[in-house]
Amino acid sequence: MIAVALWSVAALLALAPAGVVLSTRPRGSLIVYGGCLIATSTLCVTALSDLLHAPQLTPSATLPIGLPWLGAHFRLDALSAFFLVVVNLGGVAASLFALGYGRHEDSPGRVLPFYPAYLAAMNVVVLANDAFSFLVAWEFMSLTSWALVVSHHREAENIRAGYVYLLMASFGTLALLLAFGLLVSGAGYDFDAIRASHPSAAVTGTVVILALLGAGSKAGLVPLHAWLPLAHPAAPSHVSGLMSGVMTKVAVYGFVRIVFDLLPEPVWWWSMVVLLVGGPTATLGVLYALMQRDIKRVLAYSTIENIGIVFTGLGLALAFKAEGLDWVAALAFTAAMLHVFNHALFKSLLFFGAGAVLAATGERDMEKLGGLIHRMPKTAFAMLIGCVAISALPPFNGFVSEWLTFQAILLSPQLPSWGLKLVIPAVGGLLALAAALAAACFVKLYGISFLGRPRSDVAASAHETDRFSLTAMLVLAAFCLIAGILPGLFIDALAPVSKAMVGNIMPHQVGLQWLTIVPIAESRSSYNGLLVFVFAALCGTAAASAIHRFASDRLRRAPAWDCGHPDPNPAIQYSASSFSQPIRRVFGSVVFAAREIGEMPPPSSPRPARLRVELHDLIWEALYAPIAMVVGFATDRVNVLQFLTIRRYLTLVFVALIVLLLVVAL
Amino acid sequence: MSSLQFDIAHLLAGSLVLASFMMLYQDRLYALLNVYALHAGMLALSVAWQAYVQQAPHLYVTALIALVFKAIIIPVALHRIIKRLGIHREIENVIGIGLTMMAGIGLVALSMVVMLRVTPGADALAREDLAFALSVVLLGLLIMVTRRNAVGQVVGFMSLENGLVLAATGAKGMPLVVEISVAFSVLIAFIVIGIFLFRIRERFDSVDMQALDRFRGERR
Repeated sequence: MIAVALWSVAALLALAPAGVVLSTRPRGSLIVYGGCLIATSTLCVTALSDLLHAPQLTPSATLPIGLPWLGAHFRLDALSAFFLVVVNLGGVAASLFALGYGRHEDSPGRVLPFYPAYLAAMNVVVLANDAFSFLVAWEFMSLTSWALVVSHHREAENIRAGYVYLLMASFGTLALLLAFGLLVSGAGYDFDAIRASHPSAAVTGTVVILALLGAGSKAGLVPLHAWLPLAHPAAPSHVSGLMSGVMTKVAVYGFVRIVFDLLPEPVWWWSMVVLLVGGPTATLGVLYALMQRDIKRVLAYSTIENIGIVFTGLGLALAFKAEGLDWVAALAFTAAMLHVFNHALFKSLLFFGAGAVLAATGERDMEKLGGLIHRMPKTAFAMLIGCVAISALPPFNGFVSEWLTFQAILLSPQLPSWGLKLVIPAVGGLLALAAALAAACFVKLYGISFLGRPRSDVAASAHETDRFSLTAMLVLAAFCLIAGILPGLFIDALAPVSKAMVGNIMPHQVGLQWLTIVPIAESRSSYNGLLVFVFAALCGTAAASAIHRFASDRLRRAPAWDCGHPDPNPAIQYSASSFSQPIRRVFGSVVFAAREIGEMPPPSSPRPARLRVELHDLIWEALYAPIAMVVGFATDRVNVLQFLTIRRYLTLVFVALIVLLLVVAL
Repeated sequence: MSSLQFDIAHLLAGSLVLASFMMLYQDRLYALLNVYALHAGMLALSVAWQAYVQQAPHLYVTALIALVFKAIIIPVALHRIIKRLGIHREIENVIGIGLTMMAGIGLVALSMVVMLRVTPGADALAREDLAFALSVVLLGLLIMVTRRNAVGQVVGFMSLENGLVLAATGAKGMPLVVEISVAFSVLIAFIVIGIFLFRIRERFDSVDMQALDRFRGERR
């Protein structure tokens, strides 16, 4: 099994140099993306069969590359297999989408070589079984994705995004490097050796914080999220889908691998830290998303929200495990993993939809779109499913994982520790708020971009996207529905992962009547996606046919009621900013220090009145800007050293030597 | 080891330090080269004496290398370079001689203190030898720092290398391979620096380092 996986990764790596050559050929992008499609589907099938049929086996392999006395260790256990499925399902969809979308690329030489390498790097991170290979693959993943972020380098904004991303990625890798440094100091680089070691409480606590910083900066936890909404939208759309849908999950994998697998039994305060980061991340992420006008940026901020939900689930799992309630820990952990899977599905789908819109109109700004449901009906349909799923509405998959998370939250009174008893309901409140705001956010995204009348000429002249892109989106949409109405299958497939990580599993779901899922006990709560779906479908069909039967022949097309204005200009429609204004007024003054400034001209002046809205990114201004200022100041001072004469350099060396000798002598 | 052998080894190593001090206050290039030749000759003698004392015949080879390359070939070659460049009249110390000598004395004192502190377990000869060698290395660096002319800096570098060889032979049992590689590295450094000197000369009509600085648009 693992041999197949490693060969597929090798094939991806081999495609990278081929991409350099093929990028100048007319059919080059087809070959590269086709190759990626084959390799990732092989990996996906391999991992899936491993997860379903032989999850208790952990085949491993050692390759004679990397550090000379160590080699590179790889292992395929249940956790790796699950994340391989997530990574490669995203990879398959992105490659399929790119078969069509990649043709719009004006400089394929900047994308084709890095895309397969990026996929390969994410796979290696998940497969690695020693600290050295893990970190090398992690850094390789950062670098290749950076290259993809700056592939459209003519736009100054993208260059800035790449710069911020590179800085944050190095910070994250540094934190992980320190975490592994602490772990391997007593054992060895091999993960098996780390598992067998017994680090002290101080070491494990520091490692948890470092892992949260390292993996969290890659996943986009607030306040380490600053790079994410800049970098994810800057990449080509299929890569944005991969970065948001898949790479953040690889970061989650890193956190789970370190905290749940490599470290010994958790302590309750770990979960407190994770929960206090996860809950606010979810709410702040979606609040930021609501303030945006750029479609891809909305999606990127919404990724932050979903990562917050996943980390809340992981924090709950830690809390319950630390307090000995294994069966609830299994529920929370399964919910987090299911949300990882679900988010990978619908976030890829939504980014692909945004890419299709971008390719058709050249616009990412919602205020210039509108009415696309008539011009791109199939894309609009797939996007609608994505929006409903990410808003956590039944019968789609987003609901299931969030519902399971809430089930775990509702069990928090059973915890003995008072701190957790108080914090978890508060975090639950934040999650509930985030879920509601996410629904508002995606109503806005869908309503402004796809409904109404076109707000610009490009939106009016848009055309449906190509077949490959549509297939990719519709396949993902189908998965969203299947995972929503048959969640039992997916929960059962996750059982070996939960068994390995928290030591217990959720009750067996498949085989219950009517495909219901019962996370705890029948008397407490149960959910049946299929029934909800059938009910919604029946009601919808009945209502639609009734309306069609009685009202369709009375349809007439007339100018929309326009409040008495003589000229119904598309600009007087609801806009993205007007949609989010109420929410901005409620939360904005605190979270964004938002101010609305109305400028009325004096009575005799012909100047138009203006309404300006000022939003501040307080986290950026309070955390990042001061650090940047200090670093800038220090480098300005040190910069003098770069322009010395040869003799002065010699003098510096000399003086340094003398000082060191003096230290020895005194 | 008899006390006479020890004293002679001590004397030779000390004279190497003395030669380094002589190099410090030379302000003409020819004179500097002559003292350098003396320095290298002293090194050859010192190494030969070590070979005799330690009964390590391979050290004679090292002594021979030092004598032939460092005391004869390199000074002669540098002489010819200076003649071809026509810079034999240049005065090229940056700091005054008095100050330089004071700094040199301080460095020797420092290296004594350091070496006596860090090597209490070693035998007496090695300790003294290492202390002298460190002084020679530091003085070589000081020569490089106080010279304005590229040739002066090359000579400073070579005397630094002499200090390294002295340290290596003082410690017992350094294999010949390492010495040969050191000798070759010096030779290669010499060739490279020689070529660089001519390149600099071609570009700027001078081997004065200030020309490079002026070219980079800077002032001292």
